[in-house]
Amino acid sequence: MAIKVENLSYSYEQPFGEKVGALKNVSFSIKAGDFAGVMGHTGCGKTTLLQLLAGLRLPTGGRVYVNGEEINAKGYDRSGLRQRIGVVFQYPEYQLFATTVEKDVAFGLKHSGLSRQEVIARVQWALETMGFDFAKVRNQSPLALSGGEKRRVAIAGVLARKPEILIFDEPVAGLDPHGRENFLRFVKEMNQAGTTIIMASHNMEALAGYTKHLLVLEEGRLIDSGATREVFLRLQQRNNWAFGQTKAQRIATLLAEGNLALSPAVVTYDDLLSALKRELTGGGKG
Amino acid sequence: MLVEGKNISFSYDGFSLALRDVAIKIEKGEFLVILGANGAGKSTLVKHFNALLPLEQGELRVAQIDLRDEKDIWLLRRLCGMVFQNPDNQFVSSTVEEDIAFGLENYEAPRDEIPERVRAALALVEMGGYEKRAPDTLSGGQKQRVALAGVLALEPEIIIFDEATAMLDPSGRQEVLAIMDKLHKAGKTIIAITHYVEEAVAADKVILMQKGRILACGSPEAILTDLDLMKAAELLPPLPVRLYHDLRQAGVHLKNCPLTNEELVKEIWQLKSKT
Ligand SMILES: Nc1ncnc2c1ncn2[C@@H]1O[C@H](COP(=O)(O)OP(=O)(O)OP(=O)(O)O)[C@@H](O)[C@H]1O
Ligand SMILES: Nc1ncnc2c1ncn2[C@@H]1O[C@H](COP(=O)(O)OP(=O)(O)OP(=O)(O)O)[C@@H](O)[C@H]1O
Ligand SMILES: [Mg+2]
Ligand SMILES: [Mg+2]
Repeated sequence: MAIKVENLSYSYEQPFGEKVGALKNVSFSIKAGDFAGVMGHTGCGKTTLLQLLAGLRLPTGGRVYVNGEEINAKGYDRSGLRQRIGVVFQYPEYQLFATTVEKDVAFGLKHSGLSRQEVIARVQWALETMGFDFAKVRNQSPLALSGGEKRRVAIAGVLARKPEILIFDEPVAGLDPHGRENFLRFVKEMNQAGTTIIMASHNMEALAGYTKHLLVLEEGRLIDSGATREVFLRLQQRNNWAFGQTKAQRIATLLAEGNLALSPAVVTYDDLLSALKRELTGGGKG
Repeated sequence: MLVEGKNISFSYDGFSLALRDVAIKIEKGEFLVILGANGAGKSTLVKHFNALLPLEQGELRVAQIDLRDEKDIWLLRRLCGMVFQNPDNQFVSSTVEEDIAFGLENYEAPRDEIPERVRAALALVEMGGYEKRAPDTLSGGQKQRVALAGVLALEPEIIIFDEATAMLDPSGRQEVLAIMDKLHKAGKTIIAITHYVEEAVAADKVILMQKGRILACGSPEAILTDLDLMKAAELLPPLPVRLYHDLRQAGVHLKNCPLTNEELVKEIWQLKSKT
């Protein structure tokens, strides 16, 4: 599903009439089948933007189009939209409420028209995808889980619905290193199979290694967007933006400061490894 | 020894063990980092230090207080502050400043000192200007900063950070690490849980947990460069260590296995100047 946003703004109303402008005149489009990342400092408006894209808030200015239709227009089928979009919130623990993990994950499949057997199979698939032993976890209470485990159950609940658009708000925070890699690899597969993905993250490696396009927000404004690799390289040129660099980029920068400039420019770990292999075996030949 | 425990086991459901026969020693003024996969028992272990969870089995003393005795719990809570994994579990008041002040009142801080300590704590985490905000209207990272301020304001001797940087952007994470470092230098005992292995590099001591056990304990050099050990704990070593080994596989032999970016760069220059 394609998403287009025109002059989108949002401000939060405070109790004494004070307003907090969280999103300011943002325009961009995301093609069907894209994997778009959203990057930016704490409080820059990522969560606000994702909630607007999912139709969970009404913009205070501008428009959101999904497949060419404005989602906040009168008569638009917003509940239909919610069926087709899956959102994993920043603190998804709050999405958990059923008495068992299995019931929790199955909840979103209530109106799916799947048979009981199909529902169980889907729930099993989603939980195994998120690294659980289905037989072991199915009857546990979601509350009796560690922080990272809760998060993985909440993600499974959204995956189980197999929505056409998946929106993730900091999904890898709190996941252990293998859980993080497995999750990202899986999302990439979903994307290759046609699912549109939008992911806000502070994890530069996740953004650099997995997304196709990036949106960069600063204090509610869109300050850059484009192909992921290009955006990372542009951010590197900005002064006072230590933010938005991968670990591999930082190492390449340190090397360049000592007169060892790697080329092509390094963004990901794989870039760094192959550039160093070339540089350190036989003096830079191809 | 500030914290000394042995044979600690714990079960939430009376059936499966979240901690299995754990022994632990933490010295006063130490900076300890605990690493481990989801569900390894990290939060369960540290919640024993300030009696958020009862000591069911084994022995544990924190600052000479025996955890089998429940009468000194309040003393212990005052000594040992904890930034929770989920900041929402920590907020109790309707505004940011009240929330921090509330903690101070509970700690019986002198009344006339409270406003200044609230201000200083918020300034430290760069959340000045958010005093009147309701905690539930903050962004994820802002919540995490305020939760941190709430604990720092209390100036406890032992500070436990349970994934206190998980929702922060890279520069925010750097700032919190700098705060930890400063507190450590000022003599506080710091216990940090994290899924970012780089955050363990500066620790005095690293503990690896797995399935309720302590798998290993030692210096960052000894633990984080040991591929087999990290693998056994279901963890990944820091990037410089990974790169060292991946380069070796390709026939490029750096002299020593680096732990930090700076060490890595030095090793690369050294090799480069020889070729
Ligand atoms: N309910 C609310 N009322 C008032 N202000 C709010 C509310 N929710 C968010 N804000 C403010 O809007 C701004 C953007 O918040 P948002 O949650 O979108 O940021 P974010 O980019 O997701 O940040 P983080 O990386 O910390 O999660 C912040 O300054 C925040 O304090
Ligand atoms: N309240 C609870 N009731 C029952 N079991 C629990 C509870 N909290 C945690 N557990 C279980 O105890 C084990 C250890 O959990 P703990 O929260 O200590 O893990 P952790 O290492 O902190 O993991 P994470 O990295 O996900 O935060 C897990 O198997 C978890 O499912
Ligand atoms: Mg957010
Ligand atoms: Mg935990």
